[in-house]
Amino acid sequence: MAKDMRDVYAQTLVDLAENDDRICVLEADLMNATGTKVFKQRFPERMFDVGVAEANMVGVASGLSAEGKIPFAASFGTFASRRTFDQFFLSANYAQLNVKLVGTDPGITAQFNGGTHMPFEDIGMMRLVPNLVIIEPSDLVSCEALIRAAAAHQGSMYIRMHRKGSNTIYDENEQFELGKGKVLVDGTDVTLIAAGFVMVPEALKAAEILKKEGISAAVIDMHTIKPLDNELVLAYAKKTGAIVTCENHQVTGGLGGAVAELLTAEYPALLGRIGAQDMFGQVGTQDYLIKAYEMTAEDIAQKAMATISKK
Amino acid sequence: MNQEKLQDLQDKARIVRIETLKSIGHLGVGHVGGAMSIVEVLTYLYYAEMHIDPKAPRMPERDRLVLSKGHAGPTLYSILALKGFFPMEWLLTLNQGGTKLPSHCDRNLTPGIDMTTGSLGQGLSAAIGIALATRLDKRGNHVYAIIGDGESQEGQVWEAAMSAAMFKVGNLIAFTDYNKMQIDGMTKDIMDIDALESKWLSFGWHVQRINGHDMQAIEDAVTRAKTVTDRPSMIVLDTIKGKGCTCAENLVGSHNMPISAEQLEEALTALGAEASAKGGN
Repeated sequence: MAKDMRDVYAQTLVDLAENDDRICVLEADLMNATGTKVFKQRFPERMFDVGVAEANMVGVASGLSAEGKIPFAASFGTFASRRTFDQFFLSANYAQLNVKLVGTDPGITAQFNGGTHMPFEDIGMMRLVPNLVIIEPSDLVSCEALIRAAAAHQGSMYIRMHRKGSNTIYDENEQFELGKGKVLVDGTDVTLIAAGFVMVPEALKAAEILKKEGISAAVIDMHTIKPLDNELVLAYAKKTGAIVTCENHQVTGGLGGAVAELLTAEYPALLGRIGAQDMFGQVGTQDYLIKAYEMTAEDIAQKAMATISKK
Repeated sequence: MNQEKLQDLQDKARIVRIETLKSIGHLGVGHVGGAMSIVEVLTYLYYAEMHIDPKAPRMPERDRLVLSKGHAGPTLYSILALKGFFPMEWLLTLNQGGTKLPSHCDRNLTPGIDMTTGSLGQGLSAAIGIALATRLDKRGNHVYAIIGDGESQEGQVWEAAMSAAMFKVGNLIAFTDYNKMQIDGMTKDIMDIDALESKWLSFGWHVQRINGHDMQAIEDAVTRAKTVTDRPSMIVLDTIKGKGCTCAENLVGSHNMPISAEQLEEALTALGAEASAKGGN
């Protein structure tokens, strides 16, 4: 049976914990959803399920961190961000502690849980927390590598993590560095900067569509949204003159917002942004939702062509 | 406790009040009421109970304290300075730009502060995390937490209350500073939290209620709480907001108040501060 991304998350934490007694896991009644039951079975004394109480979860995680533990605390992205923002901001980040907050079911992947559970704003909120590192893995290989990087990083992080399903973008030995984007396809006419499990594959498909139209599109997996890989974005802004950001999030505040801020300040270039356009979430299948929010490969390709046409 | 120890602790509490008021008075404004109401409990803990070392403020085996009502930081700063965690002169830098003594407790700025607090309701959760880590590391130290009565209106306090009992953090001893007042008025008139003992009891805690200004009662309660190892302990302190400060005692407006040079002088005189020690503005 193919592994889900959550299985990689949970197993990576078990593997890390085998050699590091500082690794702890916290849940707020979503252990089965996050897949961390394997951690509880292996290290019951280091797993704390606080029940449906996300604020307390982040507070307890902060206390554990104050004593040198490395807590990974997870919930759906909506609750990990909106419901614990003050706790994460103050008890974890302002206190300069080391809490890894995991928000699952990003954007449209919340599917049948609908608008109440569909985080389109979590990255935007988290980007406002000073010095916070924000990552969003795009496949199972990058998930494991980035979880390991997160454990090694001294400082709090927000990890936006897809839960169910698997895909393969990278070879298993691929190396990742926090804050350094990955150029998956090189190109000269436009750069597609994408993040996450849904949008990186869509961007890759969009590059194929564009290729058939005679357009050379570069594709970047921006697995670290903060700190943004400014150097890479600016290099491709100069190289291609047009950028399209692709995110499973509002186009403001997140990846698109970060790229827009950088380009405006450093090297104005044409920019199109794919993602939720100031809209709330809703119920539906992922296939339905990706069309409803105009985030498909075809939408990306069209946005790329429209952006290039302004050159 | 014998008469000599009692007298000594009461005198230390008086000096803590004096230093705290000088510190706030030097600035001219501060959280006088809630700082004064916890003078006895903090004095008792730091002078007679907690295993701490001013020369090694982060030693692993120390007892921890989370002042969840972080706005009462100035009382804790006075004690830490008097104990030698940092120079007494720092006290007069309270809340000045660049100070190491901000209005609310900051673990990164002030030696001896175990947790950053200030947004009410968060400290008890952190104290639970610290207590759990203590248990994982198999250390024998205790974790103390002090929450406010108004703070007890925060929902997170009760999330924390549930989890502390569920996780059986027997090394956690918390206090509620029940001075009956909050910013907008009396707690009973704003959002009544009464029946605090039965609330904590029903959440699975060992509960005691004592006069929070009585050193002997505090010692007895902490001693009893330490014998309870299968549950967290709550000690509800009946206190008087602004206690011992002539211009603030039992005054609803004392949460965060201006204090003039004259008011400071009067308060210090009433506390028996020696003329040369008054300092102030």
